Amino acid sequence: MIPELGEVALILALLLALVQCVLPLLGAWRNNAALMAVARPAAAGQFVFVALSFAVLTWAFMTQDFSVAYVAQNSNLSLPWYYRFSAVWGAHEGSLLLWILILNVWTVALAAFSGHLPPKFAARVLGVLGFVSVGFLLFTLFTSSPFGRLLPAPSNGMDLNPVLQDPGLIIHPPMLYMGYVGFSVAFAFAIAALLGGALDDDWVRWARPWTNFAWAFLTAGIVLGSWWSYAELGWGGWWFWDPVENASFMPWLIGTALIHAQAVTEKRGGLRAWTLLLSIFAFSLSLLGTFLVRSGVLTSVHAFASDPRRGVYILIFLGVVVGGSLLIYALRAPKVAGGKPFALLSRETLIVIGNLMLTAAAAMVLIGTLYPLVGDAFHLGRVSVGPPYFGSLFILLMAPVVLLIPFGPFARWGKADGTALGRVLLIAGATALFGGVLAFVLGGDARAILGTVAACYVGAGVVLYARKRWREAPAGRRYPAEMVGMLVAHAGVGVFLAGALLTTALSVERDVRLDPGQSQRIGAYDFRFEGVHEVRGPNWTAQQGRLTVLHDGAVVAVMHPQKRVYSGGQVQTEAAVSAGAMRDLYVALGEPLGNHGAWALRLYDKPFVRWLWFGGLMMMLGGFITSGDRRFRARRMRAMPVPGTATLAPRESAA
Amino acid sequence: MNRLLPLAAFLLLVVLFGYGLWWNARHDVTAVPSPLIGKPAPAFDLPQLHDPALRVTKADLLGKPYLLNVFASWCFACGDEHPVLMAEARALGLPVIGYDYKDKPADAKAWLAAHGDPYALVITDQSGDTAINFGVYGAPETFLIDADGIIRYKHIGPLTPGVIRDQLAPQLRKLGVQPAPGI
Repeated sequence: MIPELGEVALILALLLALVQCVLPLLGAWRNNAALMAVARPAAAGQFVFVALSFAVLTWAFMTQDFSVAYVAQNSNLSLPWYYRFSAVWGAHEGSLLLWILILNVWTVALAAFSGHLPPKFAARVLGVLGFVSVGFLLFTLFTSSPFGRLLPAPSNGMDLNPVLQDPGLIIHPPMLYMGYVGFSVAFAFAIAALLGGALDDDWVRWARPWTNFAWAFLTAGIVLGSWWSYAELGWGGWWFWDPVENASFMPWLIGTALIHAQAVTEKRGGLRAWTLLLSIFAFSLSLLGTFLVRSGVLTSVHAFASDPRRGVYILIFLGVVVGGSLLIYALRAPKVAGGKPFALLSRETLIVIGNLMLTAAAAMVLIGTLYPLVGDAFHLGRVSVGPPYFGSLFILLMAPVVLLIPFGPFARWGKADGTALGRVLLIAGATALFGGVLAFVLGGDARAILGTVAACYVGAGVVLYARKRWREAPAGRRYPAEMVGMLVAHAGVGVFLAGALLTTALSVERDVRLDPGQSQRIGAYDFRFEGVHEVRGPNWTAQQGRLTVLHDGAVVAVMHPQKRVYSGGQVQTEAAVSAGAMRDLYVALGEPLGNHGAWALRLYDKPFVRWLWFGGLMMMLGGFITSGDRRFRARRMRAMPVPGTATLAPRESAA
Repeated sequence: MNRLLPLAAFLLLVVLFGYGLWWNARHDVTAVPSPLIGKPAPAFDLPQLHDPALRVTKADLLGKPYLLNVFASWCFACGDEHPVLMAEARALGLPVIGYDYKDKPADAKAWLAAHGDPYALVITDQSGDTAINFGVYGAPETFLIDADGIIRYKHIGPLTPGVIRDQLAPQLRKLGVQPAPGI
């Protein structure tokens, strides 16, 4: 009975979503305050029912109700409770429900914190979000309900995919979806602005904190995903350019471009149409990612491909949302290029170049991801392009962006001072040169030198600007949240670059055969293999190796890599990672060789690998800090910012 | 006109996706005829992955039919194909030879160690030069080569149980190879 309540709650949520979509939009069009006032209660009601539905599914997992087909497919009597909890979003149906729940969280947050928005605008924003919700609820109810019954109920479930039985997977999807779905808010702002005529740029200021907040979550989600694949896939890599990763990376690239373009539009009135377009693109790519992952269009042997109706439905929905919004854009986008004029050497120009590069990179990833499909269409066969394509092109496209990062904050709006920028180039360049020489002397290869150079260069820019503010700005106004966020995020880029390039350059990886008692030297470390014994977990048994790692004769780590066999029969490698700020030691168990206890082992020494995730987390932190800037919550600017000192503009308390 | 460009580009994408869905609904993954079918396989001389000192030439493999499976550790679709090979390679009744394409040997070894090694032998073509003669433009691809070194069948994209049953197995029987029951 209880699972049916979940289904009923979803249907009620759908009805409320319809109300939330239609009435406020109608009210905004007809200037009817009563209709517009429906938006907030409808959003709150929808949230209650979606949350109820989600709670019902969670309950079914907690009580092991195997009469629910979804539970039977993704749980097992021996599955620990925390993985039963995360199993709620462990497969297609439940993950859609999570999507909808998070969309509702964003909507309710917006309904609660949009008191400073003009009523018409708020009604339109909530209406657009209602429309998105309707689409996903329909999709769930008609093609992917998680509440379908399996009668007679099996006595035990098939278990959650072991790859997903990892702490990282408990929080990775919610974070990622907070980002994906969060872009729906920027999208709704853009559509509302287009519908209302987009006559002024206030909407951008209101959209900025939401966009930064969503972007920060997406960053966190991607970082967690990368860390998880490193720890769980047992093969030491941190990014694979596979379609699922790309699906999250494309919105991130566009989102990064968007948060910068928004700054230009808000402060200078420029790039209006471009900001609108990027807002649409960021969310469209989130939807597209969902389509690519869920429809099975890319890999026909993909697990999600079971129901062809799903692919057709998402394609139609994608067509309506993206096609519709691009049509609105074509009809309503501001025809005249607005904004204050800017010189060739100005902050605007730098941001435009960065935007173009980021957009081109997103397009490059999109083409690479869709290549199998394009190959198909032109009868070239269904083939993938891999890191050889993505890696080289991506580095080419991102190099100019990294080069420009230190200048961004120094370049004034409108017209930058060339000599000041020259000074920055001199100091950042000298620091980079120093770092490069140091790396060369220490014996790094080209990538290690490049990583050090890039990190020093970006880091010097950040420190220089922080110092300039400290000296020149009046106390108390030196570091507004928006600027601190930017500096932290930019520094994060530097840390990420150092981590990514240094770990690529300096990692030592060996596949070896070791007999018990035998040692292998990797870098400066001796890995002594002590043998393998069997251990048991709640729903698995494992061959667990034991390795002692010695450095200069002293034991630095004892590692226990596992090869698990889950109750469902699936085999899963659990790499042992000894994490450190300067290096990770990483061991994965391969195959037993012969009958004398010898094993194939993969041993890695991965210097600086943590840095790339730490850099990602700094970018995330930057996004969160920026979104907290009080200026964004002001209803109207009291005065337009003075060129070049925008961050010194009069600040108001929250409206 | 300018403002219609994004919409136009998106519509093109939709058409492509629609085509993809339509294609998926009608096909499993099918073979594309190759100009090399019925012709002698190009000569090659490549090192073994697990022992680069040993080289394998086309002449070494003459005498009985074999399957040449082009893969790479960087290739996402190969990950889809791999479990199928792991399950069925031994049951095909002929050796499956791995052709590691444009890949670092260390990566390929790690990949095989992580996912299992279904191959009787793995040869490696780091530069991809030999693969050009085979007309390889991506991975995975699979060639069936007979005892006289003639390419009898080629499949582009991941092998699936369906492809093996419906396309590869009949070709194998023509060569007198008897796959295990159930294929």
